[in-house]
Amino acid sequence: MLELIFFSLLNGIVTGLLLFMLASGLTLIFSMMGVLNFAHASFYMLGAYFAYTISIYLGFWIGLIVAPILVGLLGAVVERYGLRYVHRWGHVAELIFTFGLAFLIEEVVQFIWGKDTKAYHEPEILQFPLFTFFGQNFPAYKAFMLLISIGIFIMLLLILTRSRVGLIIQAAIHKPNMTAMLGHNVPLVFMGVFGVGCALAGLAGVIAGPALGTFPGMAFVLGSIVFVIVVVGGLGSLTGAFVASLLIGLLQTFAIALDYSVNDLLQLFNISFDADSAFRDLWTLSLPQIAPILPYLLLILILIFRPTGLFGNRET
Amino acid sequence: MSEITKTASPVASRPLLKTLTPWIGFLILLLALPNIFSSNVGLYTMNLMGIFIIFALSYNMLLGQGGMLSFGHAVYFGLGGFMSVHFMNYIEDGDFTFPMYLIPIFGGLIGLVFGIIIGSFSTRRAGTVFAMISLGVGELMAASSLIFVAFFGGEEGVSGDRTTGPELMGINFGQDIHIYYLIAGWVFVTVALMYLFSRTPAGRMANAVRDNAERAEFVGYSQRKVRFVSFCASGFFAGIAGGLFALNFEIVTEENLNALTSGTVLLMAYIGGVGFFIGPIVGAVVFTLLQSILSNYTDIWQLYVGILFVLTVMYVPQGLTGIIVMHTAAWRMRRIGLLVLPYLRAGIPALAMLTGIATFLETIHHMRSSVEGETAMSLMGVDFDSHGIVTWIVILALVVVGGYLTRSQLPQLRDAWEMANKPPAKAEGAGS
Repeated sequence: MLELIFFSLLNGIVTGLLLFMLASGLTLIFSMMGVLNFAHASFYMLGAYFAYTISIYLGFWIGLIVAPILVGLLGAVVERYGLRYVHRWGHVAELIFTFGLAFLIEEVVQFIWGKDTKAYHEPEILQFPLFTFFGQNFPAYKAFMLLISIGIFIMLLLILTRSRVGLIIQAAIHKPNMTAMLGHNVPLVFMGVFGVGCALAGLAGVIAGPALGTFPGMAFVLGSIVFVIVVVGGLGSLTGAFVASLLIGLLQTFAIALDYSVNDLLQLFNISFDADSAFRDLWTLSLPQIAPILPYLLLILILIFRPTGLFGNRET
Repeated sequence: MSEITKTASPVASRPLLKTLTPWIGFLILLLALPNIFSSNVGLYTMNLMGIFIIFALSYNMLLGQGGMLSFGHAVYFGLGGFMSVHFMNYIEDGDFTFPMYLIPIFGGLIGLVFGIIIGSFSTRRAGTVFAMISLGVGELMAASSLIFVAFFGGEEGVSGDRTTGPELMGINFGQDIHIYYLIAGWVFVTVALMYLFSRTPAGRMANAVRDNAERAEFVGYSQRKVRFVSFCASGFFAGIAGGLFALNFEIVTEENLNALTSGTVLLMAYIGGVGFFIGPIVGAVVFTLLQSILSNYTDIWQLYVGILFVLTVMYVPQGLTGIIVMHTAAWRMRRIGLLVLPYLRAGIPALAMLTGIATFLETIHHMRSSVEGETAMSLMGVDFDSHGIVTWIVILALVVVGGYLTRSQLPQLRDAWEMANKPPAKAEGAGS
């Protein structure tokens, strides 16, 4: 039991921090422009694919650096020539634009790289078990993912709170018009944040690609979870995004690890049920089964009872 | 945004015949179509079109008329389908007797029930909050559909048989043509009902709340209630569309209520034009045609649909219907003839450019997906070598020359457009 909890905790933190890398960019973009970028996870996917292609020719480490930069540049271009243009048609059009973009990127990825899963692997130098605990291995690559995620988190925190650029970004999040009045180039800030946000998503893709698989559906798998985090965490709150990422990461890993079902609960009270009844699926419902639902349940509950999110201070 | 609201002349003052003309035309069209396209593929496509028309129109009750962007509309469509297919099975088992052609009613009812449940908490706000809740509900339902096997049938779905019900004048809906007339009948009735709904005070207030929720509140309407009514009605009609889907395909799977279907309906409504009542109809027709015709010729049709969608959102947010409506001013002033030649002059090179781009994409796709060493390919009946230098020269020429000529023709097109839309000297400043 202890071993289960230990590894679930570790895996949950790895997943959570990975999600945070996506969510941090998304929440900044969301709170600045008021647009929930549906294509954010698509940039994550592009990161993985770019890194895969680069790793064939130049190796993993070059890909780790170059791929996020490429994705960031692409993101900046999308903001400058796509989103800013669509802005004139209103918020709903922007939302639909990013949705269409997500659809298009998936098609383009399928067009360029094909539909099958790519053999994108971690570098050999990281292919060893870091330590063994109760007979279970903890791969070094996961520790590497953990390290990168924590590094990014600290860097982001320092930039946003300690640097001049960070102050302008924070100002632009809360009062974009006022910031523009003070002479800052807010559209440029938007473009920069969008680009950096996409680059972070790309980086997440680069390091998640070998662990979670590089295939055209990878954006779809993670995409809606990241929205959940942003909404649950609260608009414009990096802390909220961090807490929500860990929460969702842990929630999912623990729900999968702990194999309890409604049946077990019923047996505690000595209640049995009819195996043929229409509700049989309800009685045999187990935690691993409902694991994929939990984030969305959380999302709906949060939106109903606390529309500002856990740490947010204004409504979307 | 909406052309319907702008031309809000009192209905009663118009002659009845003029009001009814489009509807009679619609009915005749529905009856005549199977005689024109009588092949199996034609019927299949038209059946799908009919289902999607209802589905897309019900979606537009939210997005176009109510200003609610939903990413989970397939939930009501899928639930309607599942409910209907279960009732089809009950009829088959002889549990109760009910005419098969009314089955979609049950689909509509379950759509309505879920619309009431979900609408009761999701319609409090429009905009991003609503979009997010709808996304959450959509994902929740899609995930649940794989868990609750008794109702959703798991991965393989639930199938039924539409021919087992009591016969209607000797028709048991065994043939595609029967199901076509059934769907056509439902399309006519539901389209009329949805149109009438947009004319009721509830429909009108939905427009008001979409445009300015605060002012609607000051007039005395609760924005939440107005949205709720639209939401429930929309769920009802989506459920009917789902029921027809179940009748037509006799199988409903998890795919019918997942995010992909929700995305498809958004695509259809938006490409068609959400600001107009007939927009989603146009969108559903165009999308189904693209889906069934384009997919015969190319594997990458979804790529084209994606490009079309993004371009529509960027440059023509009024949709295809919007483009047509843009020309009504010139049409009324009998100056549409001025535009024909400029359109041809810009359109032909543009077509050449598009052909070049499409050929480029197809050739690349062929090079990647074909067997090693196979370079011969054919496109629209033209055979060529995908690695040949001539091919690439032709592609390059089409794109560059076509693009350059299109660009050079744009100024004269703009002039012609202004000429055609210039208000007449004595007119009272009627713009577009």
